Amino acid sequence: MEATHVHGAEHAHEHHPSGIMRWITTTNHKDIGTLYLWFSLIMFFTGGVMALVIRAELFQPGLQVTEPEFYNQLVTMHGLVMVFGAIMPAFVGFANWQIPLMIGAPDMAFARMNNWSFWLLPPAALLLIGSFFVPGGATAAGWTLYAPLSVQMGVGMDMAIFAVHIMGISSIMGAINIITTVLNMRAPGMTLMKMPLFCWTWLITAYLLIAVMPVLAGAVTMILTDRHFGTHFFNAAYGGDPIIYQHVFWFFGHPEVYIMILPAFGIVSQVIPTFARKPLFGYASMVYATASIAILSFIVWAHHMFVTGMPVAGQLYFMYATMLIAVPTGVKVFNWVATMFKGSMTFETPMLWATGFIFVFTMGGFTGLMLAIAPLDIQLQETYYVVAHFHYVLVAGSLFALFAGTYYWLPKWTGHMYDEKLGKWHFWLSMISFNVAFFPQHFLGLAGMPRRMPDYALQFANFNEVSTIGAMVFGFSQLILLWVVLKAIRGGEKAPAKVWEGAEGLEWTVPSPAPHHTFEEPPVVK
Amino acid sequence: MVDQAQKYYVPEPSRYPIFGSIALLLMASGAVMWMNNVGAGKAVLAAGVLVLIYMLFGWFGAVIRENESGKYNKRVDTSFRWSMSWFIFSEVMFFAAFFGALFYARAISVPDLGSLEHRQLLWPNFAPRWPESVAPGGMDPFQPMEAWGIPAINTLILLTSGATLTWAHWGLIANRRGQLKLGLVLTILLGVLFLGLQAYEYVHAYTEMNLKLSTGIYGSTFFMLTGFHGLHVTIGATMLIVILGRVLRGHFKPEDHFGFEAVAWYWHFVDVVWLMLFVVVYWL
Repeated sequence: MEATHVHGAEHAHEHHPSGIMRWITTTNHKDIGTLYLWFSLIMFFTGGVMALVIRAELFQPGLQVTEPEFYNQLVTMHGLVMVFGAIMPAFVGFANWQIPLMIGAPDMAFARMNNWSFWLLPPAALLLIGSFFVPGGATAAGWTLYAPLSVQMGVGMDMAIFAVHIMGISSIMGAINIITTVLNMRAPGMTLMKMPLFCWTWLITAYLLIAVMPVLAGAVTMILTDRHFGTHFFNAAYGGDPIIYQHVFWFFGHPEVYIMILPAFGIVSQVIPTFARKPLFGYASMVYATASIAILSFIVWAHHMFVTGMPVAGQLYFMYATMLIAVPTGVKVFNWVATMFKGSMTFETPMLWATGFIFVFTMGGFTGLMLAIAPLDIQLQETYYVVAHFHYVLVAGSLFALFAGTYYWLPKWTGHMYDEKLGKWHFWLSMISFNVAFFPQHFLGLAGMPRRMPDYALQFANFNEVSTIGAMVFGFSQLILLWVVLKAIRGGEKAPAKVWEGAEGLEWTVPSPAPHHTFEEPPVVK
Repeated sequence: MVDQAQKYYVPEPSRYPIFGSIALLLMASGAVMWMNNVGAGKAVLAAGVLVLIYMLFGWFGAVIRENESGKYNKRVDTSFRWSMSWFIFSEVMFFAAFFGALFYARAISVPDLGSLEHRQLLWPNFAPRWPESVAPGGMDPFQPMEAWGIPAINTLILLTSGATLTWAHWGLIANRRGQLKLGLVLTILLGVLFLGLQAYEYVHAYTEMNLKLSTGIYGSTFFMLTGFHGLHVTIGATMLIVILGRVLRGHFKPEDHFGFEAVAWYWHFVDVVWLMLFVVVYWL
């Protein structure tokens, strides 16, 4: 397999395996990016089905669809699958496809390790999804896997722990690869401050990953040893403390939410200038804002823990530190708006998603600010207000940005224009149904409906019905995306090298679809 | 061919990563089965380890062959440097999770268990004192680990091994292969000696001091931190042995030897973690 002879680039492409082995052994960043994107799409639909079962149960008060125990498993697995299976791998897929194209590199710095980063995900998914079918079922401790609940559960919990370990290894290798690629593989003249913002946001995200994924590994390892090897990290009778888990987990968990949103900022920062036909406003401030958000993300974690008990001084510190994050985030939002100001704007599907992102993500940001206020959070903790908040930032934030990026670069990946009409249907159906699904949850939370419960009091019935209808429409609307992607792969209007009139950057200098090997001779950036 | 040398080396498709994935899947499933007493867990786990060893041999072998045949240029070398430093950083963060648990337990949770509230509501007679008395629920008496016996000797051993490794590195740079080999052998021997003493200490703790993994939060943090450190010393020593093997085969040049340096970085990292352990786990 490992050819020991030196050969020229011209016949380096010939003896590649074909069929399934091509995908299993590939060292090509575009192939691996495609694998990541398909994997995340499958996981997105898997987690989506779980969400729809959850919403079906919540359509009416009482228990109709699931047993409470299974409901808890669904809630937990929906979270784990969406976070680790759908959102994170999707962004890594974008990084794989786009970063080498955007900085003029022949491939990722470590092409074989890149392959392994991807191929660790299917085993992890197998462990995670497979845990539904073992005695006791999947873990039902919530995606945060809080001790002591997680110390008590069955076989499924162990499988989840090992799945998290494996996904962590994958993420760390992926992050090291991205950092090395960005720092070391840029084409001549591509200085750091000329780099497309998507690459910048991923560079910073990769640092976050390297810093916190090992901490998560440590946290779940402590659960594992508490479960099976007699340690007492989380047992107060032996001097441990379940709150240790919460601190260690959220030291990972808060940067994790920025891991899922910073690359989204990067995609939106590529899309908006293209369709406003103006350069990004305040490029340097965007870079600094991204870095500030990343640094702040390490010192705010205990705002997830206001009700677990902490001194008032601690509450005040974590409250103000958290609010500080609104400043760099505000810089970003205002810069996007300023980019559009007096631009000659058109609203093709990617731009619809990007502008939609700004509206709905900002709403999620505001509810985040409200949750950061300690006295208010004590009221809202573990209510549907929190559920509404993080779905506004994770669905309307991360996912909408992923959709923007998908429509934006799909012609570059497939060589065909996507169906604009279908794209617009996808956007408007999703946008409206998303708000129908999640906006009422703010009211439910303010009225005190607890989250992670299969049943609820009668007065919450109306808003829950509305929410379920919205969720069903949202869920089924995503099939349009699948249709659009398959249609673009199979054919359609031929895409030119520069797909979008206002697009800037190296990826638009190569043909569409991008050839298997690009920039083997590095381009020179002036 | 001159152009070729300027190019960044992108490897051909490889089957090693999928073996790595299969290995981890087997290891994880085996471990789950073993921990829950289902079927032949240990056998599955062992099979996974074997596949992993095959993968590591094959993959690193391929990298070494590619390197020795001159496919890696200066830029690839820089990539290795960036990646190794950030890999070590990720390891630092792994240890940070356990150090964080230790600090939290010592500074907050154990003292708090003796607070007025806990005395009134739960454990009236508990007087917290690290490390002798950490478990309000009651525990068999045990003897805490002393810093100034074997651990202090181990500190000296690891510090010396850092010095011998640097001496070996100087030998490599000055092309004094004898010094390089001797330095490496000494470093490996010191590493193995460290591991032996550590194993002796563990046996002693379990059999004579009644200090176990389950000895409250003290035993948990003690064995998890020193255990993971010991695992990293084992990995480091294994890597040093591989490097010694390569040196004996004539690999590494005075101006091009990142494989050696990467392992040296790793060894120093393991050293620094030990110093942290010695201060906060054994001494204070």
